Amino acid sequence: MNEHDTPATGSEVTPTSGPGAPVRLDQGHVVGEGGVPERFTNPGLPPHTPRMADLGEDAAKRAEKQVATLFGISMLGTVLFIVLYFAIDVEQTVFIPGIGLTSASNFALGVTLAMGMLGIGFGAVHWAKTLMPDEEIVESRHPMRSSQEAREGFVGTLSEGGSDAQLGRRPLIKYTLGGALGLFAVPLVVQVAGSLGPMPQKSLSLTFWNGGPSGPGEEPEFVPLRLVRDPENTPIKASDVTIGSVFHVLPEGLLDLEVHRLEEKAKAAVLLMRLDPDIIESQKELDWGYQGIVAYSKICTHVGCPVGLYEQQTHHLLCPCHQSTFDVTQDCKVIFGPAKRPLPQLAITVDDEGYLVSTQPFREAIGPSFWERGL
Amino acid sequence: MNALAARRRHPAAIAVLLVLGLFLTGAVYAAVPPTRADATTKALPAQTAEEGRALFRANCASCHGLNAEGRPTGNGDNIAGPALAGVGAASVDFQMGTGRMPMAAPGVQAPAAGAGEVKFSDADIEAIGAYIASLAPGPAVPSDEAVDPTKGDAAAGGELFRVNCAMCHNFAGAGGALTRGKYAPAISSTISDKHIYEAMETGPQSMPVFGDNNLTPESTRDIVAFLDTIDAAESPGGMTLGSLGPVTEGLFAWVFGLGLLVGCAVWLGSKAA
Repeated sequence: MNEHDTPATGSEVTPTSGPGAPVRLDQGHVVGEGGVPERFTNPGLPPHTPRMADLGEDAAKRAEKQVATLFGISMLGTVLFIVLYFAIDVEQTVFIPGIGLTSASNFALGVTLAMGMLGIGFGAVHWAKTLMPDEEIVESRHPMRSSQEAREGFVGTLSEGGSDAQLGRRPLIKYTLGGALGLFAVPLVVQVAGSLGPMPQKSLSLTFWNGGPSGPGEEPEFVPLRLVRDPENTPIKASDVTIGSVFHVLPEGLLDLEVHRLEEKAKAAVLLMRLDPDIIESQKELDWGYQGIVAYSKICTHVGCPVGLYEQQTHHLLCPCHQSTFDVTQDCKVIFGPAKRPLPQLAITVDDEGYLVSTQPFREAIGPSFWERGL
Repeated sequence: MNALAARRRHPAAIAVLLVLGLFLTGAVYAAVPPTRADATTKALPAQTAEEGRALFRANCASCHGLNAEGRPTGNGDNIAGPALAGVGAASVDFQMGTGRMPMAAPGVQAPAAGAGEVKFSDADIEAIGAYIASLAPGPAVPSDEAVDPTKGDAAAGGELFRVNCAMCHNFAGAGGALTRGKYAPAISSTISDKHIYEAMETGPQSMPVFGDNNLTPESTRDIVAFLDTIDAAESPGGMTLGSLGPVTEGLFAWVFGLGLLVGCAVWLGSKAA
């Protein structure tokens, strides 16, 4: 950084003392004296400092060897990569200090590939820094506009061609050509828009609990569905659900679906808990549950993460994504976090055999807000 | 000395000094750690429910009540300790065997004790378990066969773990945060298979109960087998960074990856001479 200490040539702001003297950065705060010049002129380039390799042939030779070594490391790394790719078993592990037990193949291939690539890169940069010319050069920018004659000549050629083709005289050709070209763009747009898939229609408001598959265009007829365990796919007896336990529940039949199983699962997942009925504060929650067994949608009303973290002592349901917290004793009211609506409750009862079944589908759309939901 | 005086004003000098100071403090702390106070009375081994009751009254009753009926703190709805009728011997074995009980101080979380810091002998814990089990029926301590991971199906256990456990305990059992300072602990290899099984059976602290009516004993054993498998699994990527997913991995990439790129850019832009 020596060149910064010598004043640049051709400058108005270079007195070494008095107003306007350059202030060294390591002098701390210096109060200015108001000696600002009218305008700053271009200080020009700092004086060129020759490098070691410019001055001595020995240094240049040394730099040459260094660059060649770096390129040599690259070659070595690449050859090693090819050898180790075949030599090391993929399953083999090795202990590397600082990294721990890791895959030997991953580590060896990573290191040799880094040698191969960084060797070229570092070699090229070192070459440029030590041996390639480093004289600063100023190149002026030239106007890019063509000369007036050339521009007029081009316009003349173009309009001459147009009139030779009788474009002006035969407008029918002009308009039909325009129409043909314009229409030709439509198939492209249709393909792109068409491949976005069908509109969601009512599928965002329906779930499998409505009685069956609820994809776009499907409007299932309601039938009571048994609550089954996920992933075992076994129905749940009310007597199985003890106080403090939590079941991850799906509607019966969902896991047997051949197509769109994950889409349905993402809407129909339900969390089943049993609380002491005395601590439930909402009458609607009690009515839609069965002896303190309550079922709530597991899909967060904020952005649709699965709300699965149930604390059995505080009866809080926590969403792991953004910490929205729902109080199960208060009909899953939001007590913390960004969610705006309580989790929708699924009304349940028991059937003749004692298994839990739904009595109605969700009464509102589950999950986060969407355009047509209106909320 | 002259060179040192010249470097003293270098902008990095303060940072280097700070790092050196931190390392020194850490090294001294590691070499001379503060010792813990130990005020437990070592109880005599006891076998029966009757002796368990005596141990319970001496060690647990201040929070759980003289007859394990639970005690309020007198501060709102807060309880010092819940009633214990029906929690079963499995709950006692888990809570005391992992050192969660007796709690050192009331708090939102009952942390497990470290290795070798469990205050009670197995015989004492068994006696207190027998006493608690005599109050009302509850889950018993599982047999060795019930928790034998070699008899479980780790693949099925993995699926059950991801549905039932992973939302709190993390996909790799690394644990995670709950509300208001509580957390789901990491399920590391230091926790015995028996204690994992008992935790699912009894639902300690914030954890819900995954009893035999929810997850069958075979499914519970499958989960134990799965957790053993991921303990034994080697990490092909080297450092796991806590198995916390994109948070730690992103931080690592930002700090080291970007740092490396910035360093290269500075080197490229600097003058050779």
